[in-house]
Amino acid sequence: MLDFIARRLIAIVPVLGLVAVFVFLMLRLTPGDPAAVIAGDNATNEQIAAIRAQLGLDEPLLKQFVIWIGKVLQGDFGESYFFKKTVASLILQRVEPTLALSLCAIVFAVSVAVPLGVIAAYKHGSLIDRGVMAFSVVGFSMPVFVIGYLLIYVFAIELELLPVQGYRRFGEDVGLFFRHIALPSVTVSVIYIALIARITRTSVLEVMNEDYIRTARAKGLSDVVVLMRHALRNAAVPILTVIGLGIAVLIGGAVVTESVYGLPGLGRLTVEAVLSRDYPTLQAVILLFSGIYVFINLAIDIGYTLLDPRIRY
Amino acid sequence: MSNIRKGLKALLAATAMAVVAASAASASAQTLKVVMHSDLKIIDPIWTTAYIVRNHGYLIYDTLFSMDEKLDVKPQMVDKWDVSADKLTYSFTLRDGLEWHDGKPVTTADVIASIKRWGAKDSMGQKLMSFTKELKAVDAKTFQLVLNEPYGLVLMSLGKPSSNVPFMMPKAVADGDPNTQLSDTTGSGPFIFKKDEWKPGEKVVYVKNPKYKPRAEAANGLSGGKVAKLDRVEWIAMADLQTAVNALSTGEIDMIEVPPHDLLPVLAKDRNVKLFDANPFGNQYTFRFNTLQKPFDDPKVRQAVAYAFNQKDFLDAVIGDAKYYKECKAMFVCGSPLESTKGWDDKLGSNYAKAKELLAAAKYDGTPIVLMQSTDLGVLTNLAPVAKSHLEKAGFKVDMQAMDWQTLVARRAKKDPANAGGWHAFLTSWVSADILNPVMAGFFNSACDKAMFGWPCDEQMEKLRDQFSRETDAAKQKAIAEAAQVRASEFLTHIHLGQWYQPVAMRNNIDGMLSAPVTLFWNITKK
Repeated sequence: MLDFIARRLIAIVPVLGLVAVFVFLMLRLTPGDPAAVIAGDNATNEQIAAIRAQLGLDEPLLKQFVIWIGKVLQGDFGESYFFKKTVASLILQRVEPTLALSLCAIVFAVSVAVPLGVIAAYKHGSLIDRGVMAFSVVGFSMPVFVIGYLLIYVFAIELELLPVQGYRRFGEDVGLFFRHIALPSVTVSVIYIALIARITRTSVLEVMNEDYIRTARAKGLSDVVVLMRHALRNAAVPILTVIGLGIAVLIGGAVVTESVYGLPGLGRLTVEAVLSRDYPTLQAVILLFSGIYVFINLAIDIGYTLLDPRIRY
Repeated sequence: MSNIRKGLKALLAATAMAVVAASAASASAQTLKVVMHSDLKIIDPIWTTAYIVRNHGYLIYDTLFSMDEKLDVKPQMVDKWDVSADKLTYSFTLRDGLEWHDGKPVTTADVIASIKRWGAKDSMGQKLMSFTKELKAVDAKTFQLVLNEPYGLVLMSLGKPSSNVPFMMPKAVADGDPNTQLSDTTGSGPFIFKKDEWKPGEKVVYVKNPKYKPRAEAANGLSGGKVAKLDRVEWIAMADLQTAVNALSTGEIDMIEVPPHDLLPVLAKDRNVKLFDANPFGNQYTFRFNTLQKPFDDPKVRQAVAYAFNQKDFLDAVIGDAKYYKECKAMFVCGSPLESTKGWDDKLGSNYAKAKELLAAAKYDGTPIVLMQSTDLGVLTNLAPVAKSHLEKAGFKVDMQAMDWQTLVARRAKKDPANAGGWHAFLTSWVSADILNPVMAGFFNSACDKAMFGWPCDEQMEKLRDQFSRETDAAKQKAIAEAAQVRASEFLTHIHLGQWYQPVAMRNNIDGMLSAPVTLFWNITKK
């Protein structure tokens, strides 16, 4: 197992290396010029050229890459072209809202979706089952921003229960933190709930026809024990896979959700960096997201062994 | 049991008192929460021309001169000034009691360094510097600007209202390389930038400068007494304007600087919200030619475009409600001292027959016009399709290419042929305060390579601009500006497509906002 983890950790290096090269090239090949953005709309060509030279953007591409990757290898992601701040400090400042949103959404989604899926499987063909499946279809089909605006309209504007926008840090005020993160978490978790509930239902239904379930029933075990102890555990591997893969959906959804709710997170930082062509920030954020994906996949693989003792690496 | 009850009562009472105290504290410390048109990223208003940085500059810096509501230049940090009989030496004396945020007095050494930094970057500043022989301090409060020859735009330059504004900074700060962004935000303006509370992408915080000594006169436009009546101004970064409108409606924020026009009817119906047009001169839409590329290298073809267009279609397509736009054939803006329609009366009337006649005379060969369309800025997106429609009706072939604004900004700097990554035309918008005369208005610059993108090359226009800048008599300046406008209608560096207005949306308890081409925060009160 340790060998497997070590091998996977070593494999991360070339993956992130390729991502770094790809991101660097993609950004440089994308139309747009950060110097022109910085200089502003009324700037002359001379002003733009002076800023380009100052940022080192007039250097050959290879030289720019070598300088950047050299710094990254030393743990220095550079300074944002716009803010007089290091990229690391910008990311640190923005990481909490995204982390909070992701964690709250995952916890909420899993706690709602897994029981829903199990109940739907148990009550296969019933109204409850059809209801869960209908919710799944709607959850998948409805864009995140539509869900966001609907929830804002109902809970913030009409009922005045929760704020429309903004974020309060957990350390500042726990109550306000939860008031501000509630609607965004529910918004982003809808699609996630739909995904997990559907897969949970299918996986549980599949194992419910297995011989060992029939044996468990024949032994006189109650439905709840059969479901929770035998069916769900054996159905857990595909569910865990979907939860892991769903984090990709979650991060994608976070970009939109953070905009709709005015959360100052990494999703919005990414969008702002794209729009303003802030290469150092964008490169660092994409590398960070890539690293997170790789580690999530590793964590899922390790999780398989805990859920299914037959799986060994 | 009774002890527990007593304890609970005491706890509740203490909590209630704490809540009351906290509310009282927040009520006494008046904070204005505003969603601006963009997030503040850069903090040096000389390094960039971005309007958000200009607005930031007006909060924390002060200027030697400022424009009032009628666009007249008035002293601001300057107490008194005079000019010698030969119009070559301007003497300025600073007001008493001017202090930097760190408590040090403002001196002429600071002012001279600031003018030089601005003069190295800004186009009007560069022009002023080219006429300047010497900037010298007479003493700590008086300095002189000595010219090589008379220059008619000295005060207009020092009181320039929009980017780059000649903001005054401490000498130690202003002495730095003008091409390097400043990180020091020490100013002498009515508010202080709270760098420790600045969270990019989240909020920008300014607090009242308690030491600021406003002028005695009432605030008027950008001039007069800058009395900070708010304790704190917070710019809240909000990417989504629908969310901002919702937040204004529920009272989570106090103001939106640029609510989108399509949401104005929603805001107008909200009983807690009011709309205020703070900038009576508004903005002007503009169609810019690339005069290097065929067929727009031929003035006849450019004239054909001027005959094909009409302003109403553009304004209807983007702004919609006629309450927020005005058809205006004056290139230096309707309502300004240099307003005139000379040269344009027969144009901008969708006279396609005349346009076709001109195209035939120019032997237009059907080369497709590469028209760049910005798709991510609501106030620009619909302009290009209208332009395309008019151009096609006039007989042009049009290749409209959609892109985001930043791609357009990068591409417009390219002189390559239109079919090899270059361009023929694009549409943009100017804040009226930036285009009040032919020297200030960047698109009038016709100095070939030294002109702005589009690179028009017209000796006659350059002579007129030069005459305008040397002329010190206002009436003669107006005549020259009119001549420049007539020349522009023949040579056509660009076409103006009407004025539009952007009201500010605010809660009913906000008062005192000043009419000016910039969103100002002094004089505002929150009840």
